[in-house]
Amino acid sequence: MSELHKTAETRGSDLRWQLSDADLEELFRQSKRIKGESLGRDAWRRVRRNRPAFAALVFLALVAFGSLLAPLWPLPSPMVLDLQDEPQPPEWVLARGGWDAKDIWDLNPLDSALLQVRASVFGDLQTGHWLGTDSKGRDLLSRIVWGSRISIQVALAATLCSLIVGVTYGAFSGLVGGRIDNLMMRFVDVLYSIPFIFVVIFLITILNEYRAVLVDDYGIEHITVFYFVIGLIYWLTMARVVRGQVLSLKESEFLAAARVLGASTPRILFRHIVPNVLSIVIVYLTLTVPAVMLFEAFLSFLGLGVEPPKVSWGLLAVDGIEAINPIKTFWWLVFAPALAMGSTLLALNVVGDGLRDALDPKLRGK
Amino acid sequence: MALLEVRDLQVRFTTQQGVVRAVDGISFDVEAGESLGLVGESGSGKSVSSLAVLGLVPNPPGLVTARSIRFDGQDLTRLSPDALRRLRGNELAMIFQDPMTSLHPLLTVSEQLTEVLGLHAGLRGIAARRVAAAGLGDVGIPEPESRLDAYPHELSGGMRQRVMIAMALLAKPKLLFADEPTTALDVTVQAQILELLTDLRERHGMALVLITHDLGVVAGTTDRVHVMYAGKLVEAAATRALFKTPRHPYTAALLKSVPTLIGDPDVPLPSIEGQPPDLTTLGAGCPFAPRCRRVVERCRLEAPRLELVSATEPGRRGHAAACFEPLLPTAS
Amino acid sequence: MLGFLARRFVWFLLTVWVVVTVSFFLMRAVRGGPFSNERSLHPAIEANLQARYHLDWPLWKQYLQYLGPFELSDTGPEALGGDGTDRFGGLLAGDLGPSFKYRDFSVNDIIRQSLPISVALGSLALVFALVLGLGAGILSALYRGRGADVWIRLAATLGIALPNFVIASFLILAFVFVLPLFPVAGWGTLAHLVLPSFALGAPFAAYISRLTRTGMLEVLSNDYIRTAHAKGVPPLRVLWRHALKGGLLPVVSYLGPATAGILTGSLVIEKVFAIPGTGSHFVNSALNRDYTLAMGVTILYTVLVYGLNLVVDVAYSVLDPRIELEDA
Repeated sequence: MSELHKTAETRGSDLRWQLSDADLEELFRQSKRIKGESLGRDAWRRVRRNRPAFAALVFLALVAFGSLLAPLWPLPSPMVLDLQDEPQPPEWVLARGGWDAKDIWDLNPLDSALLQVRASVFGDLQTGHWLGTDSKGRDLLSRIVWGSRISIQVALAATLCSLIVGVTYGAFSGLVGGRIDNLMMRFVDVLYSIPFIFVVIFLITILNEYRAVLVDDYGIEHITVFYFVIGLIYWLTMARVVRGQVLSLKESEFLAAARVLGASTPRILFRHIVPNVLSIVIVYLTLTVPAVMLFEAFLSFLGLGVEPPKVSWGLLAVDGIEAINPIKTFWWLVFAPALAMGSTLLALNVVGDGLRDALDPKLRGK
Repeated sequence: MALLEVRDLQVRFTTQQGVVRAVDGISFDVEAGESLGLVGESGSGKSVSSLAVLGLVPNPPGLVTARSIRFDGQDLTRLSPDALRRLRGNELAMIFQDPMTSLHPLLTVSEQLTEVLGLHAGLRGIAARRVAAAGLGDVGIPEPESRLDAYPHELSGGMRQRVMIAMALLAKPKLLFADEPTTALDVTVQAQILELLTDLRERHGMALVLITHDLGVVAGTTDRVHVMYAGKLVEAAATRALFKTPRHPYTAALLKSVPTLIGDPDVPLPSIEGQPPDLTTLGAGCPFAPRCRRVVERCRLEAPRLELVSATEPGRRGHAAACFEPLLPTAS
Repeated sequence: MLGFLARRFVWFLLTVWVVVTVSFFLMRAVRGGPFSNERSLHPAIEANLQARYHLDWPLWKQYLQYLGPFELSDTGPEALGGDGTDRFGGLLAGDLGPSFKYRDFSVNDIIRQSLPISVALGSLALVFALVLGLGAGILSALYRGRGADVWIRLAATLGIALPNFVIASFLILAFVFVLPLFPVAGWGTLAHLVLPSFALGAPFAAYISRLTRTGMLEVLSNDYIRTAHAKGVPPLRVLWRHALKGGLLPVVSYLGPATAGILTGSLVIEKVFAIPGTGSHFVNSALNRDYTLAMGVTILYTVLVYGLNLVVDVAYSVLDPRIELEDA
């Protein structure tokens, strides 16, 4: 309806203005023909149209694939030492070698199976040092691939942890509202103003004292605690975001409209609240994963995270920096891990930004 | 010679959906001291054409072309951007629809007012402050001195629009464009602002172009009215003549859809069937043809030009309509 | 305003108290006490240590002693400082206690020596972040969609994605070995400061440029910018006086988190460039289980971050008259 008529209508509101039954039926018939597009489908369409985001998504899928199937690839062992004078530069050759489960840290049954598949497919054929070796003679490419597993594991586990705590806390606070909400958010504010990383490092140090107890008595690996602790830092923003969304949804006019139209409570919850909260949670998740990966690298870099012989991208970056010296530059030790970590983090950020743009209803249809 | 003579003004916007012909070759004059109403639905091009005259259409995506825009003897299309800027806020001023968003929220009233004086009158400091206070008094703001240091959010909507008007009038413009100046205000405040504009126009002897979608607003305020539809001028006449004997079917339909206090409350208000056309896919014909009750074959093939339909009524510019089948003067 | 500050101060005290209490009891809960890795020490020395740190006291008494200058000893006033002359005054007296590892230094001594270094590094990093971020962000907004914008946004995404130690290693390769302009590591001259503060500030510059770009674009699309043009304000003046004021508000509110982030980043950067700042001491203390030092730095940084956040909030309310500092 044009603006002119709208004004005319509002001004004439005291003049009682009615639709005939026939008009009303026509209106209903017209409205049925209008098809809505679900937010999800609309978003997917726009992510696909956002070429950088789509390319980043494909790249991430490849990284995940390569990382998950690491034991399958014909790579040298990431753990077996071969002490030489200095790191060897990249060499694009094939070599003979092969190794088995004793040359790697703990493997799960799937990994062992993959390792056997590898042996039957490639035999003792394996790559030479395509990205060179580190100062202890270990193959860098292999270390990057195996290291990605730990980095990705930490990222996913910690993000999941932050997701569970943050969404529960935020949704509860938003749904309950009132005094309790106020108190809960004040608590988040207090935690926000603490430079958390210092507290976490302090915590990790203290937890290190209990490593033996944790493993022996409870069977909890040091690294599990590590996931958990990282996850605990990142729930704050998630809680705030979810709470804000729930709160604004509770007050929103479209929910009131749904209620007026007689929608049931479960329908309101699952058709209206959950999808709306979900989109913002997904966006925030895609931005949490790179942040958590960065933090893992940060802690491992400081020697407070993943410990040798296991390897993560953070540890590889330390190796790179330690290899910098004025006499001879082992450039591959600096560039290769940086490139692996940088491109993955970049892709995650690009996907996150793309998703945020795609799920922002204000941009819909554009 | 008129104060403002616009000839064949076109504004196009390049969007993802295609090129929007927001203003499609309109020509009009504004005499010195007169008051002109520019009426149309949202999207009819009335605001954009005034922004185009002032050189305020953002480029990209907008592109303004015109055969000529003569203001006070000089052709604005040939002026450098800087020369045009010096005219703006000086001899050519404009006020906008929403006083809530059109004033800078982080600057005080005084800072916003004195800036104009500094730019166009070379006044600064206490002198500028004094003139600004006088300007606020001029638009009927009580205790202007104490309002100078207020921030916009501390003022009411009507007060903010008065500040906007005061700001536009500080440099004593010859022509003021008022783009929906009352739409965002309460009805009682609307009337006050309109009275104020009429009063100021008479006292300052400036011309006023009042852009609105509300026929009621132009009825009591302007000398002449131009009606726009889909980027084109469809009818131009003295205000009385337009209300009394609209010649273009669109104008007639518009007037009929205005509710009146004496109408029968049980009779539904007539409305214009259909929707305004999509400006990216305008054909060769009259843009109103799909919704017009008087449509003939020719209307779909070529667009009618704005032509004089009667020169008999008072006012030397007569009554013009762009229609092949104009309503007869007695038809309404 | 005063009410706001008072309320914030109460929250501040509460926050610091929570941090102090939690870390104190965590620290003392460590099995075998903080000296567990030094069990080979002579029993007499150990007894001496115990007496000095009052580890033989009940926990509540240790806590009170850490918290403030209370007279808790049964034997009257005692000398407790690192060299045995100055008394341990407690937290409320601004005394963070003796270091567990550096016997000859108190935590205060260590912080006094190292904090100026970290502050110099951090401030320069913040300056880098602001200058680069604002410049790039404004350029990006003005040339929206064109070449400069695309490149700046790509660089910003990279800057956010890359860890600062990766940026640092690239910088070292480029400007120390390939183009020998700067010293590789250490501390002393201004040249020592350039690479580390740049590497430290880069991610924040990236983020600030994004914030500035979005903020400027949002502001530039506002009606009041059109008003400014309609008033005949010259384009550059519109930018400086009308657009920047609103466009920079998001950047101002980001300064709090940015400072906290720079303090965090300095842990890594100080290690990479071997800079003897508070960050390196903190990392070492965590690795060496020097609990009082770790706790002291944590408390110090909590106070610092909280204080800076408060300054930012007040600054924001001054810049934006619509904000009232009512809710703490």
